[in-house]
Amino acid sequence: MKNLFKLLSIIIVIIAPNSYSFAAEKVEYLKTDWSFKGLFGKFDRASLQRGYQVYTEVCASCHSMKYLSYRNLAEPGGPEFSEAQAKAIASSFEVTDGPNSDGEMFTRPGKLSDKFVMPYDNVKAAQAANGGAYPPDMSVLVKARGGGVDYIYSLLQGYEDAPSNVSLDDGVYYNKYMYGNKIRMAAPLSDGLVEYGDGTNATVEQMSKDVTTFLMWSAEPHLESRHQMGFKAIVYLIILTVLVYFSMKRIWSRVESEV
Amino acid sequence: MSDHDYRPKSKVGQWFNDRLPLLTLANHLTDYPTPKNLNYWWTFGGILTFCLITQIVTGLTLAMHYIAHADMAFESVEHIMRDVNYGWLIRYIHANGASMFFLAVYIHIFRSLFYGSYKAPREIIWIIGIIIYLLMMAAAFMGYVLPWGQMSFWGATVITNLFSAIPLVGEGIVTWLWGGYSVDNPTLTRFFTLHYLIPFLILGLVVLHIWALHVPGNNNPVGIDIKKPSKDTVPFHPYIVIKDGFALLMFMIVFAFFVFYAPNILGHADNYIEANPMVTPAHIVPEWYLLPFYAILRSVPDKLLGVVAMLSAILILAVLPWLDTSKIRSAVFRPLYRQFYWILVADVLILGYVGAMPAEGLYLLIARVATAYYFLHFLVILPVLGFKEKTLPVPLSITEPVLGGSPNLAAARNRESKIE
Repeated sequence: MKNLFKLLSIIIVIIAPNSYSFAAEKVEYLKTDWSFKGLFGKFDRASLQRGYQVYTEVCASCHSMKYLSYRNLAEPGGPEFSEAQAKAIASSFEVTDGPNSDGEMFTRPGKLSDKFVMPYDNVKAAQAANGGAYPPDMSVLVKARGGGVDYIYSLLQGYEDAPSNVSLDDGVYYNKYMYGNKIRMAAPLSDGLVEYGDGTNATVEQMSKDVTTFLMWSAEPHLESRHQMGFKAIVYLIILTVLVYFSMKRIWSRVESEV
Repeated sequence: MSDHDYRPKSKVGQWFNDRLPLLTLANHLTDYPTPKNLNYWWTFGGILTFCLITQIVTGLTLAMHYIAHADMAFESVEHIMRDVNYGWLIRYIHANGASMFFLAVYIHIFRSLFYGSYKAPREIIWIIGIIIYLLMMAAAFMGYVLPWGQMSFWGATVITNLFSAIPLVGEGIVTWLWGGYSVDNPTLTRFFTLHYLIPFLILGLVVLHIWALHVPGNNNPVGIDIKKPSKDTVPFHPYIVIKDGFALLMFMIVFAFFVFYAPNILGHADNYIEANPMVTPAHIVPEWYLLPFYAILRSVPDKLLGVVAMLSAILILAVLPWLDTSKIRSAVFRPLYRQFYWILVADVLILGYVGAMPAEGLYLLIARVATAYYFLHFLVILPVLGFKEKTLPVPLSITEPVLGGSPNLAAARNRESKIE
């Protein structure tokens, strides 16, 4: 038992320092109840669909999402738009295809198999249009930031007037959750910026939550099946462990009785 | 050894076994006499074999989908995560499997340190183990480069740059390692090749490690030589097989928890940002299992000496059997060593912690003290302790402590002779 305790404390000490990436700047992120956390965590379908709306109407004008395809929008475990809806979404985008038999590139409406259309042709173009700052690709953004979903959720609501001792250059904004507090992105959300089809009140807080949920899904599209399989796997392992434990006791009882 | 007299029952078996004695080997592995007092710290050998096989199997599957090219590696990993059937599962098992592998190997190494398993006649087992550990670190480091994220790229840059500390030829060696003037596509492709190769080298060394183990047999918590086979031993099958199996299942539950519920907690967020040679991350940190050595590296102000200190910290383990002068193996009977052992454990954990922190101020001071103590432990404390320490009386057989330790030495000797 003493040894077990030692082992556990070793494991904890090993894992604990993994907050190192943002240990230097301790900020309390805003918290909300994420439906996808926990053993049985699932995405809130309606929130994902609203989140997609926020992404496509607000974020997508600057931020690409190059690892997603329109078909993903209709796949299980995601926003689960119907196939017809996903097709309609895809066809609302112009996709460059080709070359055709004349050797010309041409545009056509998007299909389910197309990747999300990018707002800029390349990184340089994106930088040129945004005062030198590249709006990061959002496909895996929540996994690429130390605080994950809480960080993104807080950042979207973290715009404030700069304290008097902080001077900001043109095109730079103050955000209390941003690393170094200076951000090149103007506050992207304001109350009522989008009009939700399901009548949800589009507050900044609500939009932040929805779009962050959508970003969690885009970074981890198989999160739901991971949680489901994980639960089954662990229950299976526990049952097997108990059975093996009793078999072991039985087998070893021969030895112990001999001694 | 008696098991070499084994003869298969069937005619076909005999015919085959006379030509290739695989059945003799199988019989040896089944009957292999194992001390019956092995505790659960001894189950990590089997767990490590499981880890190695898991890494090889998942790694082969990943290699079928991964593209080793600077422009496509990151995207191909996302392809695995999104579009390959159960690709996310295979990759998360592989990525967390590396951490589990190191967790198990550290327990295995520290078990050996506690019970003196590296001492005569097991020095060769120990040295092979250290080589395996070195290869594991190389494999893990190169594997971490393959997703071509920011930490991959900058970790590779920092570690390969260590070679530039070598006087005169250093810069040339670094260029040669990179296959160019910076970490780039040639570096990635060679790292992929080596990452693919090393596990099979490890597999070969594991065979030697076990072979060398089966000559003297297992050490045990009491740390005494035992007669084999005797009342002190049990055949490997079924006794050790089921016990290792039980421990492995417990280990797999922890493993599964990480894979399914916290798959990215042991990794660094920056590695989900595609490698960018123009942007340096705020803190470049290696994976957790390399942090103690990273702390030692950074605690020395001179680059060359830092590299020397880091390498010495690992290589010093190879000569440990000769640094530890005590005749007694197990720390159970070494009251002083036992305390120094736990101080060393704490010291390594502290090194790991400060390795994750910025190398400045108090952290740097702690790292320096901890580094100094690490070497002090192996170079001064262990050699001196062997002469100064008053050890406790060691039992004559395993059966004795199992029975609660007879104070009557004659009775214990008598029992010994009966067993013979």
